Amino acid sequence: MSAEISNDDPDVEVPEVSRRGFLSTTAAGGVAAGVLPSSLAAGRADASAGRAAPSGGQSSALSVTVNGRRHQVTVDNRTSLLDLLRERLALTGTKKGCDQGACGACTVLVDDRRVNACLTLAVRCEGAEVTTIEGLAAQDGERDGELHALQRAFIEQDAFQCGYCTPGQIMSGVACIREGHTGSREEIREWMSGNICRCGCYVKIVNAVEQAARGGRD
Amino acid sequence: MHPFAYTKPADTRSALVAGARGGRYIAGGTTLVDLMRETVERPGTLVDISGLPLRDVRTGERRELRIGALARMSDVAAHPRVRSAYPVVSQALELSASAQLRNMATIGGNIMQRTRCTYFRDVSAACNKRQRGSGCAALEGYNRSHAILGTSDACVATHPSDLAVALAALDTVVHLLGPDGERSLTLTEFLLRPGSTPDREHDLRPGELITALEIPPHPQPLRSGYLKVRDRQSYEFALTSAAVVLHITGGVIRDARVAAGGVGTVPWRLTAVERRLVGARPSDRLWAQAAAEASHGARPLRHNGFKTELLERTVERQLRTVGGTP
Ligand SMILES: Cc1cc2nc3c(=O)[nH]c(=O)nc-3n(C[C@H](O)[C@H](O)[C@H](O)COP(=O)(O)OP(=O)(O)OC[C@H]3O[C@@H](n4cnc5c(N)ncnc54)[C@H](O)[C@@H]3O)c2cc1C
Ligand code: FES
Ligand code: FES
Repeated sequence: MSAEISNDDPDVEVPEVSRRGFLSTTAAGGVAAGVLPSSLAAGRADASAGRAAPSGGQSSALSVTVNGRRHQVTVDNRTSLLDLLRERLALTGTKKGCDQGACGACTVLVDDRRVNACLTLAVRCEGAEVTTIEGLAAQDGERDGELHALQRAFIEQDAFQCGYCTPGQIMSGVACIREGHTGSREEIREWMSGNICRCGCYVKIVNAVEQAARGGRD
Repeated sequence: MHPFAYTKPADTRSALVAGARGGRYIAGGTTLVDLMRETVERPGTLVDISGLPLRDVRTGERRELRIGALARMSDVAAHPRVRSAYPVVSQALELSASAQLRNMATIGGNIMQRTRCTYFRDVSAACNKRQRGSGCAALEGYNRSHAILGTSDACVATHPSDLAVALAALDTVVHLLGPDGERSLTLTEFLLRPGSTPDREHDLRPGELITALEIPPHPQPLRSGYLKVRDRQSYEFALTSAAVVLHITGGVIRDARVAAGGVGTVPWRLTAVERRLVGARPSDRLWAQAAAEASHGARPLRHNGFKTELLERTVERQLRTVGGTP
């Protein structure tokens, strides 16, 4: 896992020091490594997520909008959208579970469609609009910071335990509701099956999606 | 993942040029990126074809249905004509992968997807498909999910696509465009059985691009459907599956097309089952008799003997679902 989070790349916005920054610094110091949840330890970034791009046409410049903010970055072609978000843009809400398309923890919206960020090469996101869990809450005006109806439903329904799968579940749920695949609990279960919950919170996850869908707001 | 160069051509001509230079096409990336990360695939250049105008789904003059190679799985499954004319296709698609993956993956990439055999995915294991002559770890290894039909001493890996099973039943044609021009093959001709060269999976020449898949016109009325049996209810590959397409008039089956998935090294047409059905009248007895022919020629391995009976039951169930009982 990359211990770097401060950003010396002039074209990337510098985030504030976050819990994640603290965690990775501590882990790099060898103190907290033993208490990191194994799911986090498993979330190794490709070496390719490092900032130094190789020479010889194996990196590309790219402009991508994430949660309404435009970023200009140069990425190693191997970088996944997931690693770009987490390692470069410090948007660590999106999780890495399997890095193989098999768990859904990395679900984000690209141009309003839900996709697995781990199997999406960042270089292919030129000009794309990406929405992550950090971009769901209202971002302006009086309602600034107000949670999305599905985020509130997850809290009200207590639809998680460890929370690792939750950002992916919520992003997937938002798309599932927009797609209209919420006619019955069975339909919700089938159309949410691309998101695995290791803690087995499925019943309450379906409750939350159902509640938000019936609320008719997104 | 090994380093690679990346290019995104704006038109088909430039894509073909890049392909002819040895570039590897990437469509949805859901197979390719995954296998590149495992270093099973190591392309030097990726040619991103997602900008090419190959996304349309349209009905032609002969009522044939032409699906652009870059049409996404989710869009094809939701397409009104696909849903009404070929439920077997939309069902096979919606029972595949997940909503997220179907939003990324394309129809051309789907029939090109590579096996899920764990030894193929593990670069430290022997695998003739990955490296010809290195052996097959699955033959003596854990082979519960492997094929029982179309296997050879060199390879027993299944073709994992659900869609390809439905398309094989419908005699789908693959349209190709290469440096030497256009050509077309049936899907059954296009996908190759392993024999002694399991690394050759399809008849795609270097630099060739799949442009479209075409379902030829079929006699009406047509009933069809897809049944998939797996270890969990969703987001899982098939242990067995059956695509059934029937044309019944005057109480008699005039045309029958049946194909199986999860059991073959390629999508498997069950011609013996089809022969039993044509000219007969639907009945529970007929479904059972025809399905008993499904695993004709099967060669089970140590851990997948259950697939023989499971296949017959899968086919019987789906014949009854599609054909009904009078
Ligand atoms: C977790 C998981 C679960 C899955 N479950 C299922 C399932 O249940 N059923 C199922 O059927 N599938 C399943 N899949 C597989 C998925 O359907 C395929 O990965 C997908 O269809 C591949 O399409 P793509 O466009 O992403 O292909 P890519 O990854 O872009 O390409 C795959 C291959 O095809 C070649 N290619 C692509 N397009 C063209 C073209 N137009 N011309 C020439 N060559 C081309 C590429 O060079 C590459 O070799 C699953 C995948 C994952 C990761
Ligand atoms: S991390 Fe992307 S699907 Fe598991
Ligand atoms: S809440 Fe723990 S994995 Fe879903």
